[in-house]
Amino acid sequence: MGLKTPLYAQHLGAGARMVDFGGWDMPVNYGSQIEEHHGVRRDAGMFDVSHMGVVDLKGARVRPFLRHLLANDVGRLQVPGKALYSCLLREDAGILDDLIVYFLSESWFRVVVNAGTRDKDVAWIRKHAVEFSVEVSERKDLAMIAVQGPNARDKAMMILPPFDRANALALDTFVGAEIAGLFIARTGYTGEEGWEMIVPASRAEEIWKSLHAAGVAYCGLGARDTLRLEAGMNLYGSDMDESTHPLESGLGWTVAWNPPDRDFIGRTALESIRKAGSPRKLVGLLLEDRGVLRSHQKVIAPGAGEGEMTSGTFSPTLERSIGLARVPAGTGERVQVDIRGKLLGARVVKPPFVRNGRSLVS
Amino acid sequence: MSKIPSDLKYTKSHEWVRALPDGNVEIGISDHAQDALGDLVFVEVPEEGRKVAAGEAVAVVESVKAASDVYSPLAGEVFEGNANLAATPELVNQDPYGNGWLLRLKPADKSALAKLLDAAAYTKHLETEAH
Repeated sequence: MGLKTPLYAQHLGAGARMVDFGGWDMPVNYGSQIEEHHGVRRDAGMFDVSHMGVVDLKGARVRPFLRHLLANDVGRLQVPGKALYSCLLREDAGILDDLIVYFLSESWFRVVVNAGTRDKDVAWIRKHAVEFSVEVSERKDLAMIAVQGPNARDKAMMILPPFDRANALALDTFVGAEIAGLFIARTGYTGEEGWEMIVPASRAEEIWKSLHAAGVAYCGLGARDTLRLEAGMNLYGSDMDESTHPLESGLGWTVAWNPPDRDFIGRTALESIRKAGSPRKLVGLLLEDRGVLRSHQKVIAPGAGEGEMTSGTFSPTLERSIGLARVPAGTGERVQVDIRGKLLGARVVKPPFVRNGRSLVS
Repeated sequence: MSKIPSDLKYTKSHEWVRALPDGNVEIGISDHAQDALGDLVFVEVPEEGRKVAAGEAVAVVESVKAASDVYSPLAGEVFEGNANLAATPELVNQDPYGNGWLLRLKPADKSALAKLLDAAAYTKHLETEAH
């Protein structure tokens, strides 16, 4: 028996197929994963993401603390509500987790971490928070619902009191705010417009039902995975983990090197890797033959060596297989992937594959 | 509850076998299997003329989630793979016992068919598996 979110009974009631995910009993689909996927690309769908950890950090020195803790720089967050994506690194630059941090006030930041890593993350954060006198509280009283798709905001808005709707629609990309007792952020993990709503656990069922009544379709973790992969977003535990660093995980853009004197955990190790040049890189692959790319398949890069698929799936939008692979730095435009003993051709492309419902690859 | 037609034979690994009037057999995966796999996106069927042993992996069905082998319930020679599945793998989800058949086989030993599970035994097997 795994952990259950406040929406567990709703999922069972809707006929979801439940699976274990990071120790949680979560819905993988409510019928057809492909229909749920298309629903998000074309209209609006919602995901229970209450298994993720919401951690509040409070104290007068919370900003300097996070500038030390995270590889991206919260010094860039100047407007309250603004969010930043970052890696949490070990001293040797191994990735402990990827997370989103929100700047709420000068003495209050909020981070949202992955389900499978939350205990480890919280222990790590607490350990380092001591010398900054930052108070760390895991908000187990909160639930989280992601509403995504071109019509997501218009539909989700209807569950808010009329006076609050304009404020919610006015949120900029990657900004969150407290609206009608809910924390609403214009963020997501699908490559579509939408909100992630952090709500009191006691109200989660009522909000979930209202969203469904407003025309937002149920979506499971299966569709969440194909959507995020089309959007070229990494999944922790598949595309990166503690044994890999950001520069070989397609996450170099999330490392803030400037200012050069900012001393974040993992900086020294990462700088030497950067100086020497990372021998591996993470790339997107588009399978040219028929078949399906899957994680752990062997990738052969002619003249450069071998690599491995880190994620792979059938893309419902492109109607062909796509994936992410960690390959030698010298990999060219074409590779071969060993799919059950057959070598199939794949093209190296720069993710994302799909954004806002449209294919970005030819 | 998944459909289990009474005129077919089954295996514990969720394949079904239909005896054709000419003594050959048609093979597919059960309704339970297609439901558990989820939306199929790729099916690889064997080539004509391939000889297979009973229990040998003879086809591959891939859903959005994972790839699964399909094992031949009987020994014999494949004389047809369902060519429609290349473009429309979803036929296996929509009609697992009809248009979603995977292959047709000339069995090496026709009496082996009788040793497979009947619908009642397969139903019982699904119940045990669920617990």
